[in-house]
Amino acid sequence: MCLAIPVKIVSIDGDEAETEIAGVRRRVSIALTPEAKLGDYVLLHTGYAIGVIDEAEANETLKLLEEIASLSEVH
Amino acid sequence: MDDSILLAHGSGGKLSHELVEKKFLPFLANPALNKLDDSAIFEASGRLAFTTDSYVVNPIFFPGGDIGKLAVCGTVNDLSMNGARPLYLSLSAIIEEGFPLSELEQIVQSIKKAAEEAEVAIITGDTKVVNRGQADKLFITTSGVGTISSGVDISGANARAGDKVLLSGTIGDHGITIMSQREGLRFAMTLESDCAPLNKLVSQMLEVSSRIHCLRDPTRGGLATTLNELARQSNIGIVVEEAKIPVKEEVKAACELLGLDPVYVANEGKLVAIVDPADADKILARMRKNRYGRDAAIIGEVTEEHPGKVVMKTKLGPSRIVDMLSGELLPRIC
Amino acid sequence: MKFIDEYQDNKLARGLAYKIAKRSTKTIRLMEFCGGHTHAILRYGIRQLVPKTVEMRSGPGCPVCVTATADLDKAIALAHLPDVIITTFGDMIRVPGSYSSLQQAKAEGADVRIVYSTIDAVEIAKANPKKSVIFIGIGFETTAPTIAASILKAQQEKIENFYVLSLNKLTPPVMKALLDSGEVKLDGIIGPGHVSVIIGSHPYEFIPRDYRVACVISGFEPLDILLCIDKLVEQIEKGEPKVEIAYPRGVRAGGNRKAWQLTERVFEIGEANWRGIGIVPQSGLKIRKKYERFDADEAFSVSLNLSREPKGCRCGDVIRGAAMPLECKLFRKVCTPESPVGPCMVSSEGACAAYYQYGTPENLQGFKADMEQVDG
Repeated sequence: MCLAIPVKIVSIDGDEAETEIAGVRRRVSIALTPEAKLGDYVLLHTGYAIGVIDEAEANETLKLLEEIASLSEVH
Repeated sequence: MDDSILLAHGSGGKLSHELVEKKFLPFLANPALNKLDDSAIFEASGRLAFTTDSYVVNPIFFPGGDIGKLAVCGTVNDLSMNGARPLYLSLSAIIEEGFPLSELEQIVQSIKKAAEEAEVAIITGDTKVVNRGQADKLFITTSGVGTISSGVDISGANARAGDKVLLSGTIGDHGITIMSQREGLRFAMTLESDCAPLNKLVSQMLEVSSRIHCLRDPTRGGLATTLNELARQSNIGIVVEEAKIPVKEEVKAACELLGLDPVYVANEGKLVAIVDPADADKILARMRKNRYGRDAAIIGEVTEEHPGKVVMKTKLGPSRIVDMLSGELLPRIC
Repeated sequence: MKFIDEYQDNKLARGLAYKIAKRSTKTIRLMEFCGGHTHAILRYGIRQLVPKTVEMRSGPGCPVCVTATADLDKAIALAHLPDVIITTFGDMIRVPGSYSSLQQAKAEGADVRIVYSTIDAVEIAKANPKKSVIFIGIGFETTAPTIAASILKAQQEKIENFYVLSLNKLTPPVMKALLDSGEVKLDGIIGPGHVSVIIGSHPYEFIPRDYRVACVISGFEPLDILLCIDKLVEQIEKGEPKVEIAYPRGVRAGGNRKAWQLTERVFEIGEANWRGIGIVPQSGLKIRKKYERFDADEAFSVSLNLSREPKGCRCGDVIRGAAMPLECKLFRKVCTPESPVGPCMVSSEGACAAYYQYGTPENLQGFKADMEQVDG
């Protein structure tokens, strides 16, 4: 599980951060992700950031998906 | 007068009269209401539409409106959904002892503004006061009367195979706004309730086409529930395309946060229209000229297949059934 | 929305579906262990995008569904205690216990409040010092650290009236229990993406090693799930089962150490009672003695009538993947989201609720085929 959505950190205040996704703002606890920095995207689950999103890996995954799609188009 | 509502304000005596004369009349004034008779007298002919609804929304003030605006728009819209031109409303208020008079005034002002926009008059009313704790601040009931022009036949049972399904704008705005105000869900956004009177939009649509078969406003239970109601009433199937349903980014984000589906979230200023396919484009064009139909779109069509059921073609391609809302819309964690 | 929209792309989905269909020759059975996956698979019509050779079953991944009836009865009994405020995640409130539900308790006058986060529960405790605020702690490894963090915060802020009823459960042990039972033969597991953000990928290594079952950890957008299935099919066709991460933007092999450390500070591992499965050793979290003043089990005692399962309810079978919702005689006829008999129909992650809500005319054909495979 579970429902965790990617939100962007727009300000940090101790072990809390102000985050934003598509215009919706929410204060979250970063007690579980003390390494999170301003501008990072974190996975928000029940009011806590549970992990920092690896943007490089995200791009790699998209590249892989594009490759797979282009191979299938050939057929 | 004191700062807050007292039980005596509901007892029918001096304070009651003061309440009506100082807090309601000045804002809602019209010849019928001003008479303050036991009943309001008016003339009307032809087919009449009559509707009633109670409003118990919590919180009573929210971005984009309040319970007063909701009470007027809701009833105006119910009349409009049968193609009626709304004329008169009644207004009953059950007020909890201790309710601040300043807030009551604010709400009456909202009611006045909404009634003015919709061009309806509130011609009769009632106020009662109950002990503290016996009502959640304020409950309002409005009933409304409207006239239906001859030749207009709009009903949930009129949809036919081949008809197009139109939606007047973005869904989920009202429900998400309300949820964002609730304790525990604490998120901030610029989103506002879409609460609005739709009677002018409807009359403009009727001007360009006489082949509007169904109209309904997707309030509680959302778009999905309304489409299902129409499918059942008309005993036809409805197919909609997820990609064509307009949803604001903020609503999408809030729904992701809470694990909700926008098609189940309430709206208070939107309508669904099922129309003859020959007129769909021109009705759409007319809707888009109205501020409450700016984002109108054709979202699907009516089919003979799977009568009583609504099927949605998802963004990815496969279709799935969209049922009515069951139980409450509850946020999930998983 | 960034990191969501890109993974819903139509064209990329078709590309993956094509690749999977080409690669898949053997008939295989995959199981997801996350309610969020069950929901997403049905919502996005994933079953229709994968070939008939790929059969999909839902496992015990819905935290509401796997809560034992006796535990739910306890929560309801606690709700009726004087000066108690029950705080709970939303989906829990409608699940029928043996005799009642939290929603019913609320209607009878109990103070039951839905919260989005344990933080809110702690806030309610602060705002109501004369009441005892009990948080119903369900969830898996994704949620456990958040509950641990809230207990530590409550301790830091010297809040005396906050309690947790610890019903948190662990995923790898129940996977092992299911694989051991052999009741449902599996070829691959769709690993829970957000549990894995916390615990990483190492805890699943026993799956390919001891059972020769493939395990690929998946995200929750449709492209994530399709990519996961693609990798599972690849592994199974090659006969090389292993643990893979198909959600690298969220999951690191080592997981979130800080989160797990916090969890281990507050909780210790013990047995847990899983609905439909029974007691599974080393699969639940109990509050450590050091923090027992936050433990609702220590602070309150309630007497309970014998818990009972509703007659005909097959939630247990559905939870273990041994039955499909359609096979339950009550499904859709007696048991509906409006009047649910068991938790699988209540929670939006429950398999039955997902199938009820999202089953399509085409899909229902697919379900029938699955049933035939089960019977045959």
